[in-house]
Amino acid sequence: MNFLTYLISGISLGSVYAIIALGYTMVYGIAKMLNFAHGDFIMVGCYAIFSIVSATSGSPAGMILGVVAATVICTLVGVTTERVAYRPLREAGSPLAVLITAIGVSYLLENLALLIFGSDPKSFTPVITWSGISIGALRIQGVTIVTIAVSLLVLICLTWFIGNTKSGQAMLAVAQDRGAATLMGINVNKTITMTFAIGSALAAIAGALQCSAYPTLTPYTGAMPGIKAFVAAVLGGIGSIPGAMIGGILLGIIEILGRSYISSQLADAIVFGVLIVVLLVRPTGILGKKIQEKV
Amino acid sequence: MKKIKLSKEHKTYIMVIAIYIIVEILMAAGVLSSHIKGLLVPMVYYAIAAVGLNLCVGILGELSIGHAGFMCIGAFSSAIFSNLVKDILPGGIRFLLAFVVGIAFAALFGFLIGIPVLRLNGDYLAIVTLAFGEIIKNVINAVYLGFDGRGLHASFTSASAMGLDAGGTTILNGPMGINGTPRDANFTIAMLVLLITLFIVQNLIKSRDGRAIMSIRDNRIAAESIGIDITRFKILAFTISAAIAGAAGVLFGHNISSLQATSGNFGYNISILILVYVVLGGIGNIRGSVIAAGILYMLPEMLRGLNAYRMLIYSIVLIAMMLFNWAPGARKWRSRVFGRFVRKEAA
Repeated sequence: MNFLTYLISGISLGSVYAIIALGYTMVYGIAKMLNFAHGDFIMVGCYAIFSIVSATSGSPAGMILGVVAATVICTLVGVTTERVAYRPLREAGSPLAVLITAIGVSYLLENLALLIFGSDPKSFTPVITWSGISIGALRIQGVTIVTIAVSLLVLICLTWFIGNTKSGQAMLAVAQDRGAATLMGINVNKTITMTFAIGSALAAIAGALQCSAYPTLTPYTGAMPGIKAFVAAVLGGIGSIPGAMIGGILLGIIEILGRSYISSQLADAIVFGVLIVVLLVRPTGILGKKIQEKV
Repeated sequence: MKKIKLSKEHKTYIMVIAIYIIVEILMAAGVLSSHIKGLLVPMVYYAIAAVGLNLCVGILGELSIGHAGFMCIGAFSSAIFSNLVKDILPGGIRFLLAFVVGIAFAALFGFLIGIPVLRLNGDYLAIVTLAFGEIIKNVINAVYLGFDGRGLHASFTSASAMGLDAGGTTILNGPMGINGTPRDANFTIAMLVLLITLFIVQNLIKSRDGRAIMSIRDNRIAAESIGIDITRFKILAFTISAAIAGAAGVLFGHNISSLQATSGNFGYNISILILVYVVLGGIGNIRGSVIAAGILYMLPEMLRGLNAYRMLIYSIVLIAMMLFNWAPGARKWRSRVFGRFVRKEAA
């Protein structure tokens, strides 16, 4: 029974990683950049919800408003960042320059939050108040169920969006060959901006879920989940949407089981160790495509 | 009069020696506050680490975000060594041997990590090195190491689980780290290590091996087709790069008496910090790394008067510098404004 409980909380944590990883993997697949600030978008979303929920003194309407507002704010932050900091550098064609700028943006967001909200941890009012269900001796918390359901919903919506809309098809085209996509009349910059918008909105949702499960909030809340989600995206095969989902959930399960059965100190080391082993066996991740190198 | 033309390498040595002399004069004159004096050694070891990372990023062309992990190995292995022989060996020899130990361990790990990891390329290498750095940090935080009459003891659970004799001492105390390391590092030694590092790296770049490494960076397939052993040279460069980070770590470990593997000391953000020095100094430009490390390490400290705003300003400066240096629009503007002052280079 204990094992089942751990497994479920692992899947729940993994679902949060998966939602963040979806944003990571889309941005990486389409813009070919590591957005190190992605984790900080989560933090921005959390603070947005926190401010609105405390302003409306925790009423249910305030919670819904908070989540919606956080999504909008995160989207704006994501799009602005892309427009101001990343786009000029993308044209220069140096991935390292974009990477360093992303790090600068990450510092900027963290320190802005530090300045506005202070360094003391805020306790986050959970957005999800449902107490959950019990099956026999097994208790599943409401947060867990909602997290898993939301992540499945996100996955379905995203798969539909990419497979069935014109914008989604444009994203696939840009991911495959940017030059050819331009020739086919696709507005590459617009497509990349939209990718950032979706990725950042997902980060806000992930933030709401994560802070409901672990209700403390500091300016550095987003950094570690961001890195873990990136690891999840690489584990599943970066650029692949189902891969990000599988990678995220796998990572969550490994982390919780590692923490419960082996050592809480070494949980992160185990997670990263698994990544290294997987990459050595399958260098492009679980669902990654092998790219044939041409001379 | 015959004009002496200095090579790029000699200019770097002269610059470092000049900085050393100026700082020594300022110290003797008592201009520097004790706060600034405390920053000198860290500034130099970050410069050393940046030179090492530049060998990996700029010369070999492989992105690593795990160099803080190699620093961590260098720091802890040498600090454990120094604590073991604290009462046996005199200061000078002990510190020299500590360097040997720290560098050897960092190089060993660089070699072991390099064999499998360098098969991956691009961003995969980056994420694996990041993962490696985090693993090192986590493992060191979970290990307890002690010494008594019967030899070394280690444990993964707690200090008492090692079962030390009454006279035994705990050296590595899990998350508490290592306490009581002799503070052997000082500014002179750090600068000397920097000079030696520069000598090694700059001569490596100019050598036959260095050209082979750079050919891999420029075109791996072409390099392979003319018979360059890709794996061998990649591992060579990566191991040397890790060893240099290890040397920086030795200075780190011997500059403070209480050493912990916190994320503020050896986390991935420190690896990124070193990468920022390399990129802003100019990828592949060794002298640039030293200058960038010096300026960027001191910058937040200089802004200390602005207190709460200093990291904010630092991040804005970082973004602005990247845009100014790289964005095509900014480049055009720059060449228009400054172009008329610069002598046109012969094509």
